[in-house]
Amino acid sequence: MKLCDMTIHELAELLEAGEVSSKEITESVFERIDGVEESVGAYVTVLSDEALEQADAADERIAHARKCGDFSGISPLTGIPLALKDNICTKGIRTTCSSRMLEDFVPPYDATVVERLQGLGAVIVGKTNMDEFAMGSSTENSAFHITRNPWDLQRVPGGSSGGSAAAVAAGEAIGALGTDTGGSVRQPASFCGLVGMKPTHGRVSRYGVVAFSSSLDQVGPIAKDVRDCAIMLAAISGRDTRDASCSPEPVPDYSSSLKANIEGLTVGVPAEFRHSGLDSGIKELVDGAARMLEEAGARVVEVSLPHSEHAIAAYYLVSSAEASSNLARIDGIRYGYRAVDASDVQELIRRSRSEAFGPEVKRRIMLGTHALSSKHYEEYYLKAQKVRTLIIGDMNEAFKKCDCMICPTSPTVAFKVGEKPNDPVAVYLMDIYTTIVNLTGVPAVSVPCGALDGMPVGAQLIGRAFDEGTLLKIAHSLEKACAISDRRAPIAAMDGRRGK
Amino acid sequence: MGVSKEETAHIAELARLSLDEAELAQAQYDLSEIVNYVNKIASLNTDGVAPTVQPCAVPNVCREDVVLPSLSREEALANAPDRQGEFLRVPSIMEGKGVDE
Repeated sequence: MKLCDMTIHELAELLEAGEVSSKEITESVFERIDGVEESVGAYVTVLSDEALEQADAADERIAHARKCGDFSGISPLTGIPLALKDNICTKGIRTTCSSRMLEDFVPPYDATVVERLQGLGAVIVGKTNMDEFAMGSSTENSAFHITRNPWDLQRVPGGSSGGSAAAVAAGEAIGALGTDTGGSVRQPASFCGLVGMKPTHGRVSRYGVVAFSSSLDQVGPIAKDVRDCAIMLAAISGRDTRDASCSPEPVPDYSSSLKANIEGLTVGVPAEFRHSGLDSGIKELVDGAARMLEEAGARVVEVSLPHSEHAIAAYYLVSSAEASSNLARIDGIRYGYRAVDASDVQELIRRSRSEAFGPEVKRRIMLGTHALSSKHYEEYYLKAQKVRTLIIGDMNEAFKKCDCMICPTSPTVAFKVGEKPNDPVAVYLMDIYTTIVNLTGVPAVSVPCGALDGMPVGAQLIGRAFDEGTLLKIAHSLEKACAISDRRAPIAAMDGRRGK
Repeated sequence: MGVSKEETAHIAELARLSLDEAELAQAQYDLSEIVNYVNKIASLNTDGVAPTVQPCAVPNVCREDVVLPSLSREEALANAPDRQGEFLRVPSIMEGKGVDE
């Protein structure tokens, strides 16, 4: 197996033992990028020179630690090549949100999550493609190019963090960060056979992450396995004085919580999520995953989320309203695209926005503006916020009976490029299992639980707020039970056979 | 119940988007579809239910009011599409002669 196909924790051991250098790992990643990126299209910006410099610095850091016999300054992420979704600000490196609007935007500061990763000595490989401003679930809404699924190049990688998921699945990065507002980390992780987590709202700082919907957005890891996910989550979590909504709750050692077994824990199956619209193959796999958890010692019970049928409506109202407000700051004056030859300021703002935002972004801005307009505010935005309270009540009731819930991540496997339904409502309905998690703020993780017609299927585990530790422990147990031996996407395996 | 063409045009105006005839028709169609779908929450009784603004709210966060380092003027202006010295430049707002002319 090539270095670029290994996990963070495997590589960290080799690095600490001095058997491999960060430079070798990083070169292996860039060799893979040279081999497959043209077919996959995971990146908007690749940072080869910067990454190799960071790899050298990491190697020096590790060599110094070895000389002093003190590895306390070394993290499992030191020297590990990671990718960042292109809505996470990187100082001096353009951050586009895959939009014409920000095509040339170069942030003057780093997001807190970037500072933390760099502080640990991680290597930043590049910025990944996404649905424009994170609005979409296929990465086909990128203004630049589409990204293809490394498991089947005819299919989408999911979205909106599709570039991050495709990069990790293809070995073009060892791990990646995405952002999740309604499933944008978990669904692409599910489509690409990876582990993807949306942490509790407030677990991870949002400072420097281009805001879509502030009460729903959260940065999350996309990783090859649960242990890697735990390592990345620990690295980015914790209080940040620059994001007042970021919680002071202490950050536990997530990796050590993986060791314990799950005996005595209770897993809930939400009755409402076993509806007839679900693909029977996916239903069987997720039912199978619940049985495996039972065999591993957990108790499985049925729970109910009676208001969940209203989650998607509430989600699209809240998220679009907040998006229309957040994107109102983009006016073509201080940064971003500016229309030429506008005769006055109002025309300049209107034309800059109309020329540079894509169709889905405009659609959400329109819906959000409608929901916030004085005539409709109570009927839509306020109503949706109240529905949100009812759904949180359902969630609290369910968690009296169980420690986590299990359901599919997505009702389908990755669909073919260009086969996304034209009807926006039909597309929004595909987020049925994921949006409820953002509305209620709780954490959830997608874990591979099998395959249908050669395409990966993810099971979603939903946990209590700030209890990522229990969630990862159960996820780890499910991962062991599923025992998926070769996680490599076909495109990575093909590259390996070519012996490049 | 859909959204009328006039209403769609009004929303576009509020959102600072200029849509041509075809875009307006598409926006009216999309908006009507979405509004018809989200109207389902109207049937829920939410009397006495408080709205949720933040799902895992952190209580008020305060700090000492001290000046901390921030961006330099040059860094803050570096992404401006058009500027003049230390200022952002936009088309003139007042009638009459601009600074340059």
